[in-house]
Amino acid sequence: MRKLVAAHTTEAVLFAVIIAISIVLSFATERFFTLGNAFDLLNISAVNIIFAVGLLVVLIAGGIDISFAVAASVVQYVTALLLERIGGGGWVSGLLIAGSAGIGLGLINAFLILRFRIISIVATIATFNVYFGLLMFFTRGVSIYNLPDWLTTRVIVYEREMADGSWAEITLPVVVMAVCVAVTWLFITRTTTGRQLYAFGDNPEGARRFGINIGAMQFIAFGWLGMMAGIAGLMQAHYAQEVVPNALYGRELDVLAAVVLGGARLGGGKGTVLGCVLGVLLVSITQNGLNLMGVSPFAFKMIVGAIILVAITLSSARLENLLPMRTRKGDDR
Amino acid sequence: MDMTTAPGEDARPILSLRNINMTFGGVRALKNVSFEVMPGEVHCLAGENGSGKSTLIKVITGVYRPAAGAEIVFDGAAVSSMTPGIAQSLGIQVIWQDLALFPEMTVAENIAFQTLSGARPRFVRYPAIRKIAEDALARLGVTLDVDRPLKDFAIAQRQIVAIARALVGEARIVFMDEPTASLTQSETDHLLAIVHTLSASGVAVVFVSHRLAEVLEISSRLTVLRDGALVGVYPVEGMTQSRITELMTGRTFDQSVRAHDISRNPVVLSVQGLSRPGEFRDISFELRRGETLGITGLLGSGRTELALTLFGMRQPAAGTITLEGKAVRFASNRQAIAAGVAYLSEDRLALGLNQPQSIADNLVMASLNRILSGRLISPTKKRALVSRWIADLGVKIGQQEDAISTLSGGNQQRVAIAKWLATDPKVLILDSPTVGVDVGARAGIFEIVARLAEAGLAIILISDEVPEVYFNADRVLHMEKGRMAGWHDPRATTLKDIEAAVYA
Repeated sequence: MRKLVAAHTTEAVLFAVIIAISIVLSFATERFFTLGNAFDLLNISAVNIIFAVGLLVVLIAGGIDISFAVAASVVQYVTALLLERIGGGGWVSGLLIAGSAGIGLGLINAFLILRFRIISIVATIATFNVYFGLLMFFTRGVSIYNLPDWLTTRVIVYEREMADGSWAEITLPVVVMAVCVAVTWLFITRTTTGRQLYAFGDNPEGARRFGINIGAMQFIAFGWLGMMAGIAGLMQAHYAQEVVPNALYGRELDVLAAVVLGGARLGGGKGTVLGCVLGVLLVSITQNGLNLMGVSPFAFKMIVGAIILVAITLSSARLENLLPMRTRKGDDR
Repeated sequence: MDMTTAPGEDARPILSLRNINMTFGGVRALKNVSFEVMPGEVHCLAGENGSGKSTLIKVITGVYRPAAGAEIVFDGAAVSSMTPGIAQSLGIQVIWQDLALFPEMTVAENIAFQTLSGARPRFVRYPAIRKIAEDALARLGVTLDVDRPLKDFAIAQRQIVAIARALVGEARIVFMDEPTASLTQSETDHLLAIVHTLSASGVAVVFVSHRLAEVLEISSRLTVLRDGALVGVYPVEGMTQSRITELMTGRTFDQSVRAHDISRNPVVLSVQGLSRPGEFRDISFELRRGETLGITGLLGSGRTELALTLFGMRQPAAGTITLEGKAVRFASNRQAIAAGVAYLSEDRLALGLNQPQSIADNLVMASLNRILSGRLISPTKKRALVSRWIADLGVKIGQQEDAISTLSGGNQQRVAIAKWLATDPKVLILDSPTVGVDVGARAGIFEIVARLAEAGLAIILISDEVPEVYFNADRVLHMEKGRMAGWHDPRATTLKDIEAAVYA
């Protein structure tokens, strides 16, 4: 047990913090500890978790991406326009279009990084501005409300009537999120390509000497994030029932903070899907709890910022150091 | 001692290279080099830093592509264009000097990384990977917890992991780039035994080492490179260390013990019962004016930790430091510098010098308060200070404003020393001052050390190479696992005796 906890310090700390906050919130508010609220939390967090597992792959490969959230907005417009042109489409064509458009935008980042040797943060800040500028220019800031019916209709996957007559519901984005999480987990822990991404992020020169295709690694990582961003964009449009050009603007930093909170390392080679999901959930739960307690939304960001600092400090100070000295070995170097 | 089978006259080389040329940005790193390895032989590749050894290995493994006209023949078949993938499939394995391992991944994944490489995606079979790793470690007679991430292990164990990784798959020829640099003697002996086992089973081993004694002990043939060109291929039998040095540098050196009696000089620094838990304990010594005190010991002996404590970067848990009769307690290295202690860092590349910055900026970094005019830095004073030290230490530079990275290792080290001399120290701590410095340039560094000591500076010379402290220090302190293991007087002992004590 101790070994298991030591091997997953970040996840264990995050889990403990989530439990602690949940216990406090359960006593502080009536609504927090209900099935309905738990499902709401999942519904709300689904889009961010899809973004997060995509970003995780880029961070593992040693890169960073600032542009994915506005890229998702671009994808929303492209998808809405193309769907209109093909006469409505459906979930399959919608996901295909959004996913492909996202991959395309992600590959542009990888291309810039590789071809012109720009470091990823600079390249993606540039594309962030280019994507957002183009979007505002061509849409003139106009939102799209007449989306196909299938896209704006809530799809309830599971529902249950509660004792007070309200309904607890799980909606489609949660299922899509679960699939994205599972597939990303499978990809980065169970395929050779996924392990190569870790190796490349951990020690690029070592990976290069092993004949790993550095270019392919960049394209795969940014392509994966692009695909996730496209899917997340479609899910956000579905959830909001509209496409607003600046709806996702600024989301990139929230997601980045949550992913880093989840133990991914800026610099590469480190990070887990579980930690990433817990990171997003911790932020969501905190916001949800503050909301239920009637705290001003303006205070949210401040408190969320403080929680991120505390959680990161706790998980980077290695757990062994917080536990009694008994079994500490080491100093063997 | 030659335990390898000498290749028969009709034997065909396992690997043969000819006409290897390699240019980086106008600099010719390899000039018409040829190189040959026989099956099952232990071959040594020797040369100073920058002589082209690592470049040659990278050409052989396909990391670099040599200029047109190059010929690479493996086991009788020409290889038209080598890639890392082809090299691996042929059984060419490298244990890189920096190991090129993946610290965040598990030991098993590191060892069996070959099964994870390749462009075609496949599912990872962790049980198989674990089995491969355990088998490879078993071949080396080592047990490690293969499920733990590599970062949990010390450097010597990582070295074992790197060797185990090279043995996965059908290795035909294994390159070992400075494999013993961070190993203790027993670990090195173990490694050499492994090399013999490999050689006996027909695997050729190419050994790149700067420890010349090892070269003589283990290999049967020697290829020497100098300035990117082949000097020659020699049988090791009948070779001496000084002859190899001569071939590598093109010059001859004579070494003699420099130690002299300093017991009547006044004490500058006195350390009593200094301890830091887990690092070193109960260290006591006196350092006199004009003395060069050598401290040697293996990695983990606590020598660098002791130096950092004297320099104020760490605080002792117990004991006293007395500088010129006054007890001192440094809260930071700024106080130590102000009191007259200077510390030349072990890691010049990362910590000692700021590589992209100019020679002048690096040199004045620790003594900015000496070149002020009012509250601002005076360009005239800066230039004068830099010129003085450049001339004094004989640093070969183009312009003062050139980036320090344009200088050779030896010249960089001179600038690093000048940086500290400019602070006008009473005590100068030199931590491994010859790491990454060529054999030829090392002599120059020690000339400077001797001259400084003669001028009255008290010097602590830390090195894991026993000959360096033996020849250049007045007294040698041997540290082991954080304790003082013994004192040696170079005038009364032989190098062999000290080495025997240190590597025991």
